[in-house]
Amino acid sequence: MKNLKWIFAVLAILSLPLNVVALDFPKGSINYMNPFNPGGEVDIAARAMQPYLEKNLGVPFVINYFPGAGGALCWSKLAAVKPDGYTVGGFSIPHIILQPMFMKDIAFKTDDFVILAIVEYTPIGLAVKKGFKASTVKEFIDYAKANPGTVSCGGVGKFSGHHFATLQFMKMTGVKLNYVTFTGTAPMQTALMGGHIDAVFSNSTMMVSSKEEIKVLAIGAEKRMAQLSDVPTFKELGMEFYPRIARGAMAPKTVPRDIMKRLESAFLDTTSKPEFKAKMEQAGFVPQVWGIAESQKYLESEAKLLNKLIQDFDLLQPAK
Amino acid sequence: MDILSHMALGAQVILQPINLLFCFLGVLMGTLVGVLPGLGPTAAIALLLPNTFHVPPVTAIIMLAGIYYGAMYGGSTTSILVNIPGEAASVITCLDGYQMALKGRAGPALGIAAFGSFIAGTISIIGLMLVAPPLAKFALAFGPPEYFSLMLLGIIILIYLASGSILKALMMFVFGLLISTIGMDTISGTQRLTFGLLELCDGVGLIPAIMGLFGVAEVIANVEQAIRTDVVTSKVKNLLPNLRDWKDSFWPIIRGSVLGFFIGILPGPAPVISSFSSYAIEKKLSKHPEKFGTGVIEGVAGPESANNAATGGAFIPLFTLGIPVNSVIAILLGAFMIHGIQPGPMIITKHADLFWGTVMSMYLGNAMLLILNLPLIGLWVQVLKVPYPILFPLILLFCLVGVYSLNYSLVEIALMIGFGVFGYLARKFQFEMAPLVLAIVIGPMMENNLRLSLVISQGDPMIFITHPISAAFIFVMLALLISPLVPWIGKKRKRLQEKVEGEEV
Repeated sequence: MKNLKWIFAVLAILSLPLNVVALDFPKGSINYMNPFNPGGEVDIAARAMQPYLEKNLGVPFVINYFPGAGGALCWSKLAAVKPDGYTVGGFSIPHIILQPMFMKDIAFKTDDFVILAIVEYTPIGLAVKKGFKASTVKEFIDYAKANPGTVSCGGVGKFSGHHFATLQFMKMTGVKLNYVTFTGTAPMQTALMGGHIDAVFSNSTMMVSSKEEIKVLAIGAEKRMAQLSDVPTFKELGMEFYPRIARGAMAPKTVPRDIMKRLESAFLDTTSKPEFKAKMEQAGFVPQVWGIAESQKYLESEAKLLNKLIQDFDLLQPAK
Repeated sequence: MDILSHMALGAQVILQPINLLFCFLGVLMGTLVGVLPGLGPTAAIALLLPNTFHVPPVTAIIMLAGIYYGAMYGGSTTSILVNIPGEAASVITCLDGYQMALKGRAGPALGIAAFGSFIAGTISIIGLMLVAPPLAKFALAFGPPEYFSLMLLGIIILIYLASGSILKALMMFVFGLLISTIGMDTISGTQRLTFGLLELCDGVGLIPAIMGLFGVAEVIANVEQAIRTDVVTSKVKNLLPNLRDWKDSFWPIIRGSVLGFFIGILPGPAPVISSFSSYAIEKKLSKHPEKFGTGVIEGVAGPESANNAATGGAFIPLFTLGIPVNSVIAILLGAFMIHGIQPGPMIITKHADLFWGTVMSMYLGNAMLLILNLPLIGLWVQVLKVPYPILFPLILLFCLVGVYSLNYSLVEIALMIGFGVFGYLARKFQFEMAPLVLAIVIGPMMENNLRLSLVISQGDPMIFITHPISAAFIFVMLALLISPLVPWIGKKRKRLQEKVEGEEV
């Protein structure tokens, strides 16, 4: 028995240098904190990635839900977890930029995190109810100019991607819309289909799933989307307007760099799989293969754009 | 046939082993809480809700629905054998059921209650199947103003039928609305009444609230009462009613089913009201009204059918408009949201498997209940003998574990205990729980729809009058509020109230 102990001790000492050279990560399951409800956009992407990530990492990838306060509850928790790389979280841009600016009582800042990967985004599109007096963006602008403030335009949340898309659109075109805040895409979809609001700025996923019942005028993508082939982009109509919500996974910034790299490679490996891309496109997403560096660049450029909008519209005044 | 293919879809859902299992568990639990006096389906559903998070939504709803209609079966057993209503809806069954048991006819009484419930359940499911989908299409015409007025009307009807004073019910409703404003304002994103607690950002959780109000409070309240359990056990035989029993009960069952179904659609304690109304109608139509109360089978068949049919009817507003009509349905609505299903008119088309799966599960569940309640009646009689000193601490433990397992949050446990104490005190002073629970659930929806309406109309409150559907709701509501002031109607309401003297909605 004593001998056995010695053998283990020797083995342990011998394996020490190995530990230093090869990264011994991950050894246990990775927890993924989902800031929204099951069935939302973040969830769909996470579930689609799950099998590939598990294969790549060789450990279970467990999705937990911490919905609340528009994501802030989850992110406040994520900012405080043990930074060992075993806990990562989903996010949405612009939410993680805007919330620290506008919400009190939240315990995270945008730069508490490092984005590991942006895996997809949904361009935001403009749609109107069936039978609305405008059936192109130009007619929509003309109509809204002729009737300032009377066109009701829905979006999910205030200080959200939809809200800022609406603000930017109003700024670019000089129209005045009546922004109606909904709590989720589903009730907004019902209200538009029932004709209770005139228009919405909403995700491409909603446009794809209800394109028969509403009229999609334009979409904020760089090129036409396969699932919405007859819908022009704002760019085609001469507008440099690419509103979108981007999503992916992030970790606290204090996670060791090599562990971050390992996770990044797992996400990139997953999102570059053609099956994953096909699945996401089918549902109206635009799959994206962005690692730490590209994601950081995107985050910074978005933050700059949003800050300009906030100043132009003087948005910080009422909240603070 | 469109409906046949939908039913086939539903059958596919329910015939999966896991759904069969959960359907069985649901009706079993339902019968159990129905049999046990002092424990209602509301408390049971609240207790079991956290345990459904790990199964698909349809499985969860199948089980929770099973508890609801299962309790209606179980309630009659206690009424007939012990003369204590196992369930508020079975109060009236005591009158003739217990008399029948004393005369040695407990068997046929239990038998006709189960068969009547089965027939009524089937009729109301067919009604749900035929009425809900077309109604859901119509529901698209409901915009924010219509929703707001409808919810307001619903709550006013509930308050109008409150068993105590209208004022107390109104107070509970307003208190519930106040609680529902805690958390992040969904429109502007500001925090309200959270006192800096991140846990309260999303408002007071539905589950801690209902577990406190129904689970904890009921346990505390029951500790005070010694529940008598001398059971008429020796005479339970001949469960199959004879030909004469059938002849006497056939029309009461049919009338009770139709009546119960339509009362079920309306807001309020439908199972209770429908069973009382059915009893009153049967007495009025009977050739021998003087014999009611001495053990006539019609007095069991009618009400027991009616309270079962009412449970089916209550699902219609839930599936078509996403509006709860009583506390059980309110909790089910909460379950929808927890499982990521947005309630509303799109539910039947977007989640066809959920709707049709639940409907088909009710067919199967009713058949299971028939088996559970007739041959196994001896088992339930045994259950009645479980000592409460063991049962109640267990329930309390389940409440604590259940709430903690939600978010691992001690704040929520404190909330639950707080609601428990509040619920107990409120009961002592005869305040009703239903308006409070309903307000907590629909408060955010009401606020949201009110504000959406006003944003759409640019601040003009006339939007509630200029929309015809909304105007109709407002008119009915005003009529209801004014009516108690008219002496003649006021008296009628008093009488209706006395009938609805059930402790739980």
